[in-house]
Amino acid sequence: MAAKTLTINGQLISAEEDQTVLAAARDAGIEIPTLCHLEGLPDVGACRLCLVEIVGWPRLVPACVTKVAEGMEVYTDTERLRKYRRAILELIFAERNHVCSVCVSNGNCELQNLAMKLGMDHVRFEYRHPNLDVDVSHRLFGMDHNRCILCTRCVRVCWYVECAGTKNVAGRGVNSRIITDMNQPWAEAETCTNCGKCVQGCPTGALFYKGATVAEMERDRSKLEFIVTAREKKQWLV
Amino acid sequence: MSFLDMDEWLVELQQRADVVYGPFVDTKEYPQDVDLVLIEGAVCNSDHVELLHTLRSRTKVVVAFGDCAVTGNVPAMRNALGGAAPVLQRAYIELADTNPQIPRAEGVVPPLLERVVPVHAVIPVEHFLPGCPPDAGKIKAFLTMLLEGQPVQLSPQEIKFG
Ligand code: SF4
Ligand code: SF4
Ligand code: FES
Repeated sequence: MAAKTLTINGQLISAEEDQTVLAAARDAGIEIPTLCHLEGLPDVGACRLCLVEIVGWPRLVPACVTKVAEGMEVYTDTERLRKYRRAILELIFAERNHVCSVCVSNGNCELQNLAMKLGMDHVRFEYRHPNLDVDVSHRLFGMDHNRCILCTRCVRVCWYVECAGTKNVAGRGVNSRIITDMNQPWAEAETCTNCGKCVQGCPTGALFYKGATVAEMERDRSKLEFIVTAREKKQWLV
Repeated sequence: MSFLDMDEWLVELQQRADVVYGPFVDTKEYPQDVDLVLIEGAVCNSDHVELLHTLRSRTKVVVAFGDCAVTGNVPAMRNALGGAAPVLQRAYIELADTNPQIPRAEGVVPPLLERVVPVHAVIPVEHFLPGCPPDAGKIKAFLTMLLEGQPVQLSPQEIKFG
Protein backbone atom coordinates (compact mmCIF):
# COMPACT_ATOMS: atom_id res chain seq x y z
CA MET A 1 0.00 0.00 0.00
CA ALA A 2 1.28 3.44 -0.91
CA ALA A 3 2.52 5.66 1.89
CA LYS A 4 1.62 9.31 2.37
CA THR A 5 3.88 11.81 4.03
CA LEU A 6 2.35 14.58 6.13
CA THR A 7 3.12 16.67 9.18
CA ILE A 8 1.14 16.70 12.42
CA ASN A 9 2.03 19.55 14.78
CA GLY A 10 5.18 19.99 12.73
CA GLN A 11 6.24 16.38 13.19
CA LEU A 12 6.95 14.50 9.96
CA ILE A 13 4.79 11.38 9.68
CA SER A 14 4.44 8.59 7.18
CA ALA A 15 0.98 7.01 7.04
CA GLU A 16 -0.78 4.38 4.95
CA GLU A 17 -2.89 5.98 2.24
CA ASP A 18 -6.25 4.78 3.54
CA GLN A 19 -5.55 5.82 7.12
CA THR A 20 -7.49 8.59 8.80
CA VAL A 21 -5.72 11.58 10.33
CA LEU A 22 -6.76 10.24 13.73
CA ALA A 23 -5.21 6.81 13.13
CA ALA A 24 -2.01 8.33 11.75
CA ALA A 25 -1.74 10.67 14.73
CA ARG A 26 -2.30 7.91 17.25
CA ASP A 27 0.26 5.68 15.50
CA ALA A 28 2.72 8.52 15.96
CA GLY A 29 1.82 8.87 19.63
CA ILE A 30 -0.11 12.13 19.18
CA GLU A 31 -3.28 12.23 21.28
CA ILE A 32 -6.46 13.72 19.82
CA PRO A 33 -9.54 13.74 22.09
CA THR A 34 -12.45 11.60 20.83
CA LEU A 35 -15.84 10.45 22.10
CA CYS A 36 -17.76 8.82 19.26
CA HIS A 37 -14.73 6.96 17.90
CA LEU A 38 -14.35 3.39 19.12
CA GLU A 39 -11.57 1.20 17.76
CA GLY A 40 -13.05 -1.44 15.43
CA LEU A 41 -16.24 0.44 14.52
CA PRO A 42 -16.81 2.48 11.37
CA ASP A 43 -16.50 6.20 12.21
CA VAL A 44 -19.35 8.65 11.73
CA GLY A 45 -17.97 11.98 12.98
CA ALA A 46 -20.82 12.51 15.46
CA CYS A 47 -19.18 14.26 18.40
CA ARG A 48 -16.71 16.70 16.73
CA LEU A 49 -14.27 16.49 19.65
CA CYS A 50 -11.54 15.31 17.27
CA LEU A 51 -11.62 18.49 15.16
CA VAL A 52 -8.23 19.45 13.71
CA GLU A 53 -6.87 22.32 11.63
CA ILE A 54 -5.40 21.59 8.22
CA VAL A 55 -3.38 24.36 6.62
CA GLY A 56 -5.15 25.68 3.50
CA TRP A 57 -8.49 24.04 4.33
CA PRO A 58 -11.30 26.54 4.89
CA ARG A 59 -12.81 24.86 7.93
CA LEU A 60 -11.97 22.56 10.81
CA VAL A 61 -12.45 18.85 10.07
CA PRO A 62 -13.01 15.79 12.27
CA ALA A 63 -9.80 13.71 12.30
CA CYS A 64 -11.69 10.41 12.64
CA VAL A 65 -13.34 10.69 9.20
CA THR A 66 -10.66 12.60 7.28
CA LYS A 67 -8.20 10.58 5.21
CA VAL A 68 -4.52 11.52 5.15
CA ALA A 69 -3.13 13.15 2.00
CA GLU A 70 0.34 13.85 0.68
CA GLY A 71 1.87 17.02 2.08
CA MET A 72 -0.99 17.69 4.54
CA GLU A 73 -0.10 20.01 7.43
CA VAL A 74 -2.27 19.12 10.42
CA TYR A 75 -2.51 20.87 13.78
CA THR A 76 -4.27 19.10 16.64
CA ASP A 77 -3.90 21.36 19.66
CA THR A 78 -4.16 25.06 18.76
CA GLU A 79 -5.80 27.77 20.86
CA ARG A 80 -8.73 27.81 18.44
CA LEU A 81 -9.24 24.05 18.68
CA ARG A 82 -9.09 24.10 22.46
CA LYS A 83 -11.75 26.80 22.48
CA TYR A 84 -14.07 24.84 20.17
CA ARG A 85 -13.53 21.54 21.98
CA ARG A 86 -14.40 23.08 25.31
CA ALA A 87 -17.54 24.67 23.83
CA ILE A 88 -18.59 21.33 22.31
CA LEU A 89 -18.14 19.58 25.66
CA GLU A 90 -20.16 22.26 27.43
CA LEU A 91 -22.96 21.89 24.88
CA ILE A 92 -23.00 18.13 25.47
CA PHE A 93 -23.31 18.69 29.22
CA ALA A 94 -26.02 21.32 28.76
CA GLU A 95 -28.08 19.19 26.36
CA ARG A 96 -29.24 16.42 28.72
CA ASN A 97 -29.02 15.72 32.45
CA HIS A 98 -25.52 14.87 33.62
CA VAL A 99 -25.54 14.62 37.38
CA CYS A 100 -22.17 12.95 37.91
CA SER A 101 -22.57 12.69 41.69
CA VAL A 102 -25.46 10.23 41.33
CA CYS A 103 -24.43 8.58 38.06
CA VAL A 104 -23.59 4.89 37.63
CA SER A 105 -20.51 5.91 35.63
CA ASN A 106 -19.09 8.49 38.06
CA GLY A 107 -15.33 7.97 38.01
CA ASN A 108 -15.45 5.65 34.97
CA CYS A 109 -16.87 7.94 32.34
CA GLU A 110 -15.22 9.03 29.10
CA LEU A 111 -17.21 12.27 29.01
CA GLN A 112 -16.35 13.16 32.60
CA ASN A 113 -12.68 12.30 31.99
CA LEU A 114 -12.55 14.45 28.90
CA ALA A 115 -14.11 17.38 30.76
CA MET A 116 -11.37 17.08 33.37
CA LYS A 117 -8.65 16.76 30.77
CA LEU A 118 -9.83 19.73 28.72
CA GLY A 119 -10.19 21.95 31.78
CA MET A 120 -13.99 22.30 31.80
CA ASP A 121 -14.66 23.60 35.34
CA HIS A 122 -18.14 24.92 34.53
CA VAL A 123 -20.69 25.13 31.71
CA ARG A 124 -21.41 28.60 30.29
CA PHE A 125 -24.55 27.58 28.41
CA GLU A 126 -27.97 27.32 29.98
CA TYR A 127 -28.81 23.75 30.95
CA ARG A 128 -31.83 22.42 29.07
CA HIS A 129 -32.89 19.86 31.69
CA PRO A 130 -35.17 17.85 29.38
CA ASN A 131 -37.56 15.34 30.88
CA LEU A 132 -36.26 12.00 29.64
CA ASP A 133 -37.03 8.34 30.24
CA VAL A 134 -35.03 5.51 31.69
CA ASP A 135 -35.78 2.14 30.07
CA VAL A 136 -35.18 -0.66 32.56
CA SER A 137 -37.51 -3.14 30.89
CA HIS A 138 -34.66 -5.39 29.75
CA ARG A 139 -33.80 -8.31 32.02
CA LEU A 140 -30.07 -7.47 32.14
CA PHE A 141 -29.46 -3.91 30.95
CA GLY A 142 -30.79 -0.39 31.43
CA MET A 143 -30.80 2.67 29.17
CA ASP A 144 -30.81 6.14 30.75
CA HIS A 145 -31.53 8.74 28.09
CA ASN A 146 -30.50 11.49 30.52
CA ARG A 147 -26.85 10.49 30.11
CA CYS A 148 -26.86 9.68 26.37
CA ILE A 149 -24.66 11.88 24.17
CA LEU A 150 -25.88 10.36 20.88
CA CYS A 151 -22.42 9.18 19.92
CA THR A 152 -24.09 6.13 18.29
CA ARG A 153 -21.37 3.75 19.45
CA CYS A 154 -24.10 1.40 20.75
CA VAL A 155 -25.90 1.53 17.40
CA ARG A 156 -22.74 0.77 15.43
CA VAL A 157 -21.57 -2.02 17.71
CA CYS A 158 -25.06 -3.55 17.49
CA TRP A 159 -25.12 -3.38 13.68
CA TYR A 160 -21.51 -3.99 12.68
CA VAL A 161 -20.15 -6.28 15.39
CA GLU A 162 -23.13 -8.17 16.78
CA CYS A 163 -25.04 -7.74 13.49
CA ALA A 164 -28.35 -7.71 15.34
CA GLY A 165 -29.52 -4.25 14.22
CA THR A 166 -31.59 -3.67 17.35
CA LYS A 167 -30.44 -0.16 18.18
CA ASN A 168 -31.13 2.86 16.05
CA VAL A 169 -31.56 6.63 16.16
CA ALA A 170 -35.04 8.14 15.85
CA GLY A 171 -36.02 11.80 15.62
CA ARG A 172 -33.96 14.78 14.60
CA GLY A 173 -31.73 17.31 16.32
CA VAL A 174 -32.45 17.83 19.96
CA ASN A 175 -35.32 15.32 19.78
CA SER A 176 -33.08 12.47 18.63
CA ARG A 177 -33.31 9.33 20.73
CA ILE A 178 -31.62 5.96 20.73
CA ILE A 179 -34.37 3.39 20.19
CA THR A 180 -34.62 -0.39 20.21
CA ASP A 181 -36.33 -2.07 17.24
CA MET A 182 -39.43 -0.08 16.24
CA ASN A 183 -39.16 2.28 19.23
CA GLN A 184 -40.53 -0.19 21.72
CA PRO A 185 -39.34 -1.07 25.24
CA TRP A 186 -36.00 -2.88 25.13
CA ALA A 187 -37.53 -6.04 26.64
CA GLU A 188 -39.89 -6.27 23.66
CA ALA A 189 -37.18 -5.79 21.02
CA GLU A 190 -37.14 -9.22 19.41
CA THR A 191 -33.90 -8.74 17.49
CA CYS A 192 -31.84 -8.12 20.67
CA THR A 193 -29.58 -11.10 21.37
CA ASN A 194 -28.82 -9.92 24.94
CA CYS A 195 -25.11 -9.81 24.05
CA GLY A 196 -24.38 -6.60 26.00
CA LYS A 197 -21.89 -5.23 23.47
CA CYS A 198 -23.72 -1.90 23.43
CA VAL A 199 -23.30 -1.64 27.20
CA GLN A 200 -19.57 -2.30 26.81
CA GLY A 201 -19.28 0.26 24.03
CA CYS A 202 -21.07 3.18 25.68
CA PRO A 203 -18.74 5.99 26.82
CA THR A 204 -21.11 7.38 29.49
CA GLY A 205 -23.59 6.21 32.10
CA ALA A 206 -26.37 5.88 29.51
CA LEU A 207 -26.09 2.09 29.17
CA PHE A 208 -25.51 0.04 32.28
CA TYR A 209 -25.90 -3.37 33.84
CA LYS A 210 -28.96 -3.57 36.02
CA GLY A 211 -27.94 -3.61 39.64
CA ALA A 212 -25.07 -1.15 39.16
CA THR A 213 -25.56 1.83 41.42
CA VAL A 214 -23.68 5.15 41.72
CA ALA A 215 -20.09 4.90 40.41
CA GLU A 216 -20.36 1.10 40.05
CA MET A 217 -20.65 0.85 36.28
CA GLU A 218 -17.20 -0.17 35.09
CA ARG A 219 -16.70 -1.47 31.59
CA ASP A 220 -14.37 -4.13 30.34
CA ARG A 221 -13.28 -2.83 26.93
CA SER A 222 -10.97 -5.81 26.41
CA LYS A 223 -14.09 -7.81 25.46
CA LEU A 224 -14.67 -5.54 22.48
CA GLU A 225 -10.97 -5.43 21.62
CA PHE A 226 -10.98 -9.24 21.58
CA ILE A 227 -13.81 -9.34 19.05
CA VAL A 228 -12.27 -6.63 16.87
CA THR A 229 -8.87 -8.39 16.77
CA ALA A 230 -10.59 -11.66 15.96
CA ARG A 231 -12.49 -10.08 13.06
CA GLU A 232 -9.70 -7.98 11.62
CA LYS A 233 -6.63 -10.10 12.20
CA LYS A 234 -8.29 -13.51 12.52
CA GLN A 235 -6.49 -13.95 15.81
CA TRP A 236 -8.29 -15.19 18.89
CA LEU A 237 -6.12 -13.76 21.67
CA VAL A 238 -7.48 -14.05 25.19
CA MET B 1 -18.24 18.79 56.43
CA SER B 2 -15.55 18.43 53.82
CA PHE B 3 -14.30 21.85 54.93
CA LEU B 4 -14.01 20.62 58.52
CA ASP B 5 -12.08 17.62 57.20
CA MET B 6 -9.11 19.95 56.75
CA ASP B 7 -8.52 19.24 60.45
CA GLU B 8 -5.54 21.04 62.02
CA TRP B 9 -5.01 23.18 58.94
CA LEU B 10 -8.16 25.02 59.98
CA VAL B 11 -6.17 26.45 62.89
CA GLU B 12 -3.57 27.76 60.48
CA LEU B 13 -6.29 29.11 58.22
CA GLN B 14 -7.91 30.83 61.16
CA GLN B 15 -4.66 32.65 61.87
CA ARG B 16 -4.47 33.98 58.35
CA ALA B 17 -8.11 34.77 57.67
CA ASP B 18 -11.15 35.88 59.66
CA VAL B 19 -14.27 33.85 59.10
CA VAL B 20 -16.94 36.53 59.07
CA TYR B 21 -20.06 34.84 57.73
CA GLY B 22 -21.38 31.32 57.26
CA PRO B 23 -23.05 28.39 58.97
CA PHE B 24 -20.49 28.50 61.83
CA VAL B 25 -20.84 32.24 62.43
CA ASP B 26 -23.61 33.95 64.35
CA THR B 27 -23.87 37.07 62.18
CA LYS B 28 -27.16 37.19 60.28
CA GLU B 29 -26.21 40.09 58.01
CA TYR B 30 -23.61 39.57 55.26
CA PRO B 31 -20.74 41.97 56.15
CA GLN B 32 -19.10 44.65 53.95
CA ASP B 33 -15.65 44.41 52.31
CA VAL B 34 -15.24 40.65 52.28
CA ASP B 35 -12.14 39.33 50.50
CA LEU B 36 -13.33 35.86 49.61
CA VAL B 37 -16.56 33.89 49.73
CA LEU B 38 -17.04 30.19 49.08
CA ILE B 39 -20.64 29.89 48.01
CA GLU B 40 -22.19 26.44 48.06
CA GLY B 41 -25.55 25.16 46.88
CA ALA B 42 -27.65 25.69 43.77
CA VAL B 43 -29.86 28.74 43.37
CA CYS B 44 -33.37 27.47 44.17
CA ASN B 45 -35.46 30.29 45.64
CA SER B 46 -35.77 34.07 45.85
CA ASP B 47 -33.76 34.31 49.10
CA HIS B 48 -30.80 32.68 47.37
CA VAL B 49 -30.92 35.22 44.54
CA GLU B 50 -31.05 38.10 47.00
CA LEU B 51 -28.11 36.79 49.03
CA LEU B 52 -26.07 36.32 45.85
CA HIS B 53 -26.59 39.94 44.79
CA THR B 54 -25.71 41.15 48.28
CA LEU B 55 -22.54 39.12 48.57
CA ARG B 56 -21.44 40.00 45.05
CA SER B 57 -21.62 43.70 45.83
CA ARG B 58 -19.67 43.27 49.08
CA THR B 59 -17.04 40.70 48.07
CA LYS B 60 -13.84 40.81 45.98
CA VAL B 61 -13.53 37.16 45.01
CA VAL B 62 -16.55 34.87 44.63
CA VAL B 63 -15.97 31.10 44.38
CA ALA B 64 -18.65 28.67 43.24
CA PHE B 65 -17.91 25.87 45.67
CA GLY B 66 -19.02 22.31 44.95
CA ASP B 67 -21.13 20.75 42.20
CA CYS B 68 -24.47 22.26 43.31
CA ALA B 69 -23.08 25.80 43.04
CA VAL B 70 -21.17 25.02 39.83
CA THR B 71 -23.74 22.97 37.87
CA GLY B 72 -27.06 22.90 39.77
CA ASN B 73 -26.40 19.18 40.41
CA VAL B 74 -29.10 17.23 42.28
CA PRO B 75 -31.31 20.23 43.24
CA ALA B 76 -31.57 21.11 39.53
CA MET B 77 -33.01 17.68 38.71
CA ARG B 78 -36.41 19.16 39.53
CA ASN B 79 -36.15 21.35 36.42
CA ALA B 80 -37.12 18.35 34.33
CA LEU B 81 -40.60 18.56 35.88
CA GLY B 82 -41.05 21.90 34.15
CA GLY B 83 -41.39 24.64 36.81
CA ALA B 84 -42.14 25.49 40.44
CA ALA B 85 -45.85 24.62 40.37
CA PRO B 86 -45.50 21.02 39.15
CA VAL B 87 -42.65 20.49 41.66
CA LEU B 88 -44.77 21.65 44.61
CA GLN B 89 -47.72 19.67 43.30
CA ARG B 90 -45.61 16.53 43.12
CA ALA B 91 -43.92 16.94 46.50
CA TYR B 92 -46.76 18.25 48.67
CA ILE B 93 -49.94 16.95 47.01
CA GLU B 94 -49.25 13.81 44.99
CA LEU B 95 -46.70 12.33 47.40
CA ALA B 96 -48.33 13.49 50.64
CA ASP B 97 -49.38 10.75 53.05
CA THR B 98 -51.70 12.95 55.09
CA ASN B 99 -53.11 16.45 54.82
CA PRO B 100 -51.89 17.38 51.32
CA GLN B 101 -51.30 21.14 51.02
CA ILE B 102 -48.72 23.45 49.50
CA PRO B 103 -46.92 25.46 52.21
CA ARG B 104 -47.47 29.19 51.82
CA ALA B 105 -46.21 31.81 54.27
CA GLU B 106 -45.50 35.24 52.84
CA GLY B 107 -42.19 36.58 54.07
CA VAL B 108 -41.30 33.31 55.82
CA VAL B 109 -41.08 30.63 53.16
CA PRO B 110 -39.26 32.09 50.13
CA PRO B 111 -40.96 31.24 46.82
CA LEU B 112 -39.22 28.67 44.62
CA LEU B 113 -37.66 29.87 41.37
CA GLU B 114 -39.19 28.41 38.23
CA ARG B 115 -35.84 26.81 37.44
CA VAL B 116 -32.87 25.92 39.63
CA VAL B 117 -29.68 27.47 38.22
CA PRO B 118 -25.95 27.45 39.03
CA VAL B 119 -24.44 30.47 40.81
CA HIS B 120 -22.75 31.89 37.71
CA ALA B 121 -26.14 32.14 35.99
CA VAL B 122 -27.04 34.87 38.52
CA ILE B 123 -23.80 36.70 39.36
CA PRO B 124 -20.26 36.76 37.90
CA VAL B 125 -17.98 34.22 39.58
CA GLU B 126 -14.17 34.38 39.76
CA HIS B 127 -13.38 30.71 40.44
CA PHE B 128 -15.07 27.32 40.23
CA LEU B 129 -14.26 24.43 42.53
CA PRO B 130 -16.39 21.43 41.50
CA GLY B 131 -16.75 18.16 43.39
CA CYS B 132 -19.54 16.46 45.30
CA PRO B 133 -18.15 17.35 47.75
CA PRO B 134 -14.78 18.93 46.89
CA ASP B 135 -12.51 16.94 49.20
CA ALA B 136 -10.47 18.52 51.97
CA GLY B 137 -7.12 18.23 50.15
CA LYS B 138 -8.52 20.02 47.15
CA ILE B 139 -10.03 22.84 49.24
CA LYS B 140 -6.75 23.27 51.07
CA ALA B 141 -4.70 23.39 47.87
CA PHE B 142 -7.15 25.91 46.41
CA LEU B 143 -7.20 28.18 49.47
CA THR B 144 -3.41 28.04 49.72
CA MET B 145 -3.09 29.36 46.16
CA LEU B 146 -5.43 32.24 46.98
CA LEU B 147 -3.79 33.05 50.32
CA GLU B 148 -0.35 33.15 48.75
CA GLY B 149 -1.62 35.30 45.91
CA GLN B 150 -0.64 32.71 43.29
CA PRO B 151 -2.68 32.34 40.09
CA VAL B 152 -5.33 29.66 40.62
CA GLN B 153 -4.49 26.60 38.55
CA LEU B 154 -6.39 23.40 39.15
CA SER B 155 -5.32 19.98 37.93
CA PRO B 156 -7.75 17.75 35.97
CA GLN B 157 -8.43 15.73 39.13
CA GLU B 158 -9.30 18.92 41.01
CA ILE B 159 -12.06 19.92 38.59
CA LYS B 160 -13.80 16.53 38.49
CA PHE B 161 -17.57 16.70 38.80
CA GLY B 162 -19.20 14.19 41.09
S1 SF4 C 1 -22.53 10.08 32.01
FE1 SF4 C 1 -20.51 10.80 32.71
S2 SF4 C 1 -20.61 13.01 32.50
FE2 SF4 C 1 -22.71 12.24 32.44
S3 SF4 C 1 -23.42 12.28 34.57
FE3 SF4 C 1 -22.56 10.26 34.24
S4 SF4 C 1 -20.42 10.44 34.93
FE4 SF4 C 1 -21.19 12.51 34.60
S1 SF4 D 1 -26.45 5.07 24.68
FE1 SF4 D 1 -24.25 5.39 25.05
S2 SF4 D 1 -23.26 4.51 23.21
FE2 SF4 D 1 -25.42 4.82 22.71
S3 SF4 D 1 -25.49 6.82 21.73
FE3 SF4 D 1 -25.97 7.14 23.91
S4 SF4 D 1 -23.98 7.61 24.84
FE4 SF4 D 1 -23.54 6.72 22.84
S1 FES E 1 -14.28 11.18 17.40
FE1 FES E 1 -14.28 12.23 15.54
S2 FES E 1 -16.18 13.22 15.52
FE2 FES E 1 -16.28 12.03 17.35
